[in-house]
Amino acid sequence: MNIHQISVFLENRTGQLAQITGLLAQAHVDIRAISIAETADYGLARMIVDDSYKASSILLQHGDILSMTPVWAVEVPDTPGGLSDLLSVLAERHVDVEYMYSLFTHREGRAYMVMKVTDEAKFLGVLGEHRIKVMTKAELGLK
Amino acid sequence: MANYYQKEIETMPYEQLRQLQNERLVKQVRHVWDNVPYYRAKMQEKGVTPDDIHGVEDLHKLPFLKKDDLREAYPYGLMGKPLSECVRIQSTSGTTGKRVVAFYTQHDIDLWEDCCARAIVAAGGTKEDVVHVAYGYGLFTGGPGLNGGSHRVGCLTLPLSSGNTERQLQFMTDLGSTILCCTPSYALYLAESIHEKGIQDQIKLKAGIFGAEAWTEDMRRDIENKLGIKAYDIYGLTETSGPGVAYECEAQTGMHINEDHFIAEIIDPDTGEVLPEGSKGELVFTAIDKEAFPLLRYRTRDICVLSREKCPCGRTHVKMSKPMGRSDDMLIIRGVNVFPSQIETVLLQQGYAANYQIIVDRVNNTDTFEIMVEMNPGMFSDSLAKITQAEKQLVDALKSMLGIAAKVKLVTPKSITRSEGKAVRVIDKRKLY
Repeated sequence: MNIHQISVFLENRTGQLAQITGLLAQAHVDIRAISIAETADYGLARMIVDDSYKASSILLQHGDILSMTPVWAVEVPDTPGGLSDLLSVLAERHVDVEYMYSLFTHREGRAYMVMKVTDEAKFLGVLGEHRIKVMTKAELGLK
Repeated sequence: MANYYQKEIETMPYEQLRQLQNERLVKQVRHVWDNVPYYRAKMQEKGVTPDDIHGVEDLHKLPFLKKDDLREAYPYGLMGKPLSECVRIQSTSGTTGKRVVAFYTQHDIDLWEDCCARAIVAAGGTKEDVVHVAYGYGLFTGGPGLNGGSHRVGCLTLPLSSGNTERQLQFMTDLGSTILCCTPSYALYLAESIHEKGIQDQIKLKAGIFGAEAWTEDMRRDIENKLGIKAYDIYGLTETSGPGVAYECEAQTGMHINEDHFIAEIIDPDTGEVLPEGSKGELVFTAIDKEAFPLLRYRTRDICVLSREKCPCGRTHVKMSKPMGRSDDMLIIRGVNVFPSQIETVLLQQGYAANYQIIVDRVNNTDTFEIMVEMNPGMFSDSLAKITQAEKQLVDALKSMLGIAAKVKLVTPKSITRSEGKAVRVIDKRKLY
């Protein structure tokens, strides 16, 4: 089962990101992962939050532009080579990663990557074959 | 000592000039009435017929033509000759999607080139000169106009067109250009490049003919000092032919309007009333000798003053001041006419809100042109590549509409300042007037 990512448009202006995280803080929304992509002129923030419905309502109300995208949270061993092993098996089977970043959550030697891939069916197939765990919303404590 | 290209015409006593205008106007109104149904309908609406027009004193009875008329009549509605008689078109921006297309018979080209030849000779040009044309060639009238004028004078003509500064300087030094024709901002840019390279001693320029955009007296002095030349102003618009409708003589106190071809009036832009000589108002042109695109009472939207004071150069044709502003929202950016409504058209076509702001500035003598566009929820995505692609599509559509590249800056929706309900569309930081 996938999880939901919120992407927010960021104008290239001081304080843009502070404003957005401030709005979420006021509403007691917990940011569980965040990654910023930028060009010379603008950027976008990708986030995983504990309550994506609440977060998106607040940001839309504020006039922000956002999009909601299904992404996958994948468990990897929190040891040297953990991520590399995962990416190698994906590469072998030609599954391209569009982007990824890590969740703040850690548990008993486990870390979690947020991933967006080109071919989802193949991606899930490869993970299944290698017994790599895909996290559900409930397991991550997301609404 | 003053030089003339067509001395008899350029120094024709005023009464005689007026008589020529009367004859040509009467004939032209008849020509338009017979051949341009669009304008005939306008005359009929005003209750005027060619019989009411006996001379320049009756000009005010005729209806105006505006840029919007050119759009409505696009492309053939204002033609006074069949296409088979035409040999050329030139084109400029319209107010929205459609461009203005002007047609020329060989006669029209001849008179236009004569006008440019007068400007070149007034700037001291002779057949010994090397005329370096760095105006754009193509649909834009700048290059073709000065090119033709230079041929008529018999100068060696260097058709460099605009851009590629390295090549401009190479030709300028290797072939000894003596008269430079380009936009004043490009002239300054070239001047600074020459100084940076330290090649001043290889430059043989003596004069420059600069137009197609607004420039100040300060800018003139700056160009003259940096290039060691005399800098002459030239004026024109595609609708009336192109550059050379008016040009400066050595007195440099205004541009002589070629009154054997064009009658100038100054009107109140709000009421359309003709204002007495010496008043500041909108310049209106009537082409009395053009065949294919004979616009009568065309409103230029340029604000200026006319003066009939005797000119030390001996020319008798009325002088217009430098344009002091516009009575519409047209911008001239890097010599290209830009209407905010064109930008609005593209934004709407591309699915954006028509909320935008244009910021124009001049940095290192080059106009910068930025359009702030409110990001549209539909084009937003979690992928930067997709957003960049959507942005590029918008940039390309704007370039194809405007003819020059604009830098697009995407901003959050509703973030563009609105003052008292009315959006501020244009912020022009250049000091041009």
